[in-house]
Amino acid sequence: MNAVLAWLTDPANWHGQDGIPVRTYQHLLYSFVALAAASVIAIPLGLWVGHTGRGRFLAVNLTGGLRAIPSLGLLFTAVMVLGPVLHGDAGIFVPTEIVLTILAVPPILAGAYAGVEEVDPAARDAARGMGMSGAEVLWQVEIPCAMPLLASGMRAATLQVVATATLAATVSLGGLGRFLIDGLGQLDYPQMAGGAVLVALLALLVDLAAATLQRVVVSPGLTRKTGRSIRFRPRRAPVRAT
Amino acid sequence: MQWIFEHLNDIGYYAVQHAWLAGLPLIIGLVISIPLGWLARRYRGLYTPVVVGTGLLYTIPSLALFILMPLIVGTQILDPLNVVIAMTIYTVALLTRTVADGLAAVPESVVASASAMGLGRVRRLFTVELPLAVPVIAAGLRVAAVSNVSIVSVAALIGVPQLGSLFTDGFNRDFLDPIIAGVIACVLLSLAFDIVIVVVTRWLTPWRTA
Amino acid sequence: MSIRTLRASLTALLAVAALTLAACGNSNDALKSGGSGSGGPLIVGGANFTESNILAEIYAGALNGAGIDATTKPNIGSRETYLPALKDGSIDLFPEYTGVLRDYYATKSGTTVSATDPAGVYKELQQVLPSYVRTLQYSAAEDKDSVVVTQDTADKYSLKSIGDLAPVAGKLTLGGPPEWKTRETGLPGLKKVYGVEFGKFTVTDAGGPLTLNALLDGRIDAGNLFTTNPQIPAKHLVALEDPKHLFAAQNVVPLVRSDAFSSKLEQTLNKVSKALTTDALVGLVKRVDVDKEDPKDVADSWLSDNNLS
Repeated sequence: MNAVLAWLTDPANWHGQDGIPVRTYQHLLYSFVALAAASVIAIPLGLWVGHTGRGRFLAVNLTGGLRAIPSLGLLFTAVMVLGPVLHGDAGIFVPTEIVLTILAVPPILAGAYAGVEEVDPAARDAARGMGMSGAEVLWQVEIPCAMPLLASGMRAATLQVVATATLAATVSLGGLGRFLIDGLGQLDYPQMAGGAVLVALLALLVDLAAATLQRVVVSPGLTRKTGRSIRFRPRRAPVRAT
Repeated sequence: MQWIFEHLNDIGYYAVQHAWLAGLPLIIGLVISIPLGWLARRYRGLYTPVVVGTGLLYTIPSLALFILMPLIVGTQILDPLNVVIAMTIYTVALLTRTVADGLAAVPESVVASASAMGLGRVRRLFTVELPLAVPVIAAGLRVAAVSNVSIVSVAALIGVPQLGSLFTDGFNRDFLDPIIAGVIACVLLSLAFDIVIVVVTRWLTPWRTA
Repeated sequence: MSIRTLRASLTALLAVAALTLAACGNSNDALKSGGSGSGGPLIVGGANFTESNILAEIYAGALNGAGIDATTKPNIGSRETYLPALKDGSIDLFPEYTGVLRDYYATKSGTTVSATDPAGVYKELQQVLPSYVRTLQYSAAEDKDSVVVTQDTADKYSLKSIGDLAPVAGKLTLGGPPEWKTRETGLPGLKKVYGVEFGKFTVTDAGGPLTLNALLDGRIDAGNLFTTNPQIPAKHLVALEDPKHLFAAQNVVPLVRSDAFSSKLEQTLNKVSKALTTDALVGLVKRVDVDKEDPKDVADSWLSDNNLS
């Protein structure tokens, strides 16, 4: 315990290429690139699936299937296949980002289509009744209403990616995983424990930031009724034509 | 491909090890999560600390937990028990919130009528609330199962034999076949766990498919 | 009791039964650990590079042939990771290399060592070995660390020996395993013996594909590869000479837990050590890394070729 604290507070560990700030920056970089890429892929796809109701079977099975692929194996495969094709640093950066993106897609995709599906049919109905077109319904009603689930999907994805970005160190990239792998090679327990603490702290901070963002972005009208009462609202009240 | 067929024995051996290392923590973790989740639900003030606290455990990188376990628990360095304990911690981290939310999803009216019928708190928990919470808990268990199978493979970096060993072996030799075999086996194993959980859930909740 | 209660209790019973089964620890060796001390077979460990795993298979194969039950545990990690496992009994036997092993224990005990020839290194090794382990006879077969560069880099800076790097190393990047940061035969040694200080050190691996590919790709200028690596000649790489013997003598030697020692074990493995040669090692590593054969198959064929199975 004391040794870990000593390592964390040792100024030598805060300087230079190997220092904590550089590694943290790299870790965040790897994570955000992947999350951005995953969002670009998964959000439009999920919104489309939820809005049109088509391809749902495929989307559900895709998310389940992608989740099952072990990240370490996928990472090694990607590096071995793409390393010789791309040159230099791209040969390990790109495969790593691909793997982290694949990891982030399922929660975001699920959040997106579940979010749109969970939109109160009454709200959708009212929007149509007001004369909104399909696209307007999507943008002005469905997406804002889908925000809670979408945001929670993004938070889950962020947590996964930040935790898994430690694996980048196994293919000689940087990031906080470096302290784990290097500590392992030297059996330097303080370094390893220090690295673990740093990753956990980073994940927490990022999650906190995401939670704050969520509060800002999600309309308060959707979150006022939290807790048990919202759970036994009937799922899909059939809309009867009168 | 040829390599895979020639090494089915080895792959099978690793798969069995992997199944134990991923599956046993699921059961133990579930058993631990149920009282924890119940506590979090029963005492309103405990919800946030328990759920956030267990959620925090999930942020600890798996490699670190595997390696530091001998220091924390006093096991031998190469003991697979290190992996089992670490995976149980992750399962509890994932399931506690699910159990709490699952119990919270039971309609108040049902709980009230159970009490009105004269069921004591414990009997009510085991005969009414938990069975009704099974679908939500099962969903969480399925996610935990897949997550466990993936995380256990990381233990290959410290030499614990399981499907992940195929990854490190293949990578060290610049040989893709073992890695592909390992990935496919992991996906199949996840599927197997998933099917078992779905079947058991259906068996436990006959009213849903009636 | 209602059907629901019955099902719920049956599930609970199932869970408890599974737990009990596991707690008894008798059904599966996934949960078993510990070496011959707990009555199981002798466990031979291998480090995180091919040659070590092949040697582990050779030792285990020879022992099994001589009637001593042995199994292998390959790919454990670096020396710093697996030697404590020898100490706590998780493994019983390891194929080691005299020089680096001596340096590891010497650093731990604060002893200074100076020998660079095989016999001298072995003698100093005996002096620093802790009591819970012992070594058997060492083999003539050797595999050393080396600092390797591409032919282009060697031509560009006129590099022949490690010392030639001293004036230019500040501009260059070295790739190697994480333990090189602190090992006497790593970065500290390069500085102390040759005055070579690289501008950057990138962690790759212990003479494995990450280091090789990074070297070929230009991500690193110099890398740590092992002298028996068949890719050095195959890819026209240059292993810089080591005239001051930073990497000393690195003869293959079995390291065994004193508790697991027996004279039959000693006899069997001494025969193996006698028969092993550096050329054989190169050939064996090539068969596994390049031809993608199994370490066990390769080990078995070597053993039968040498009448040791």
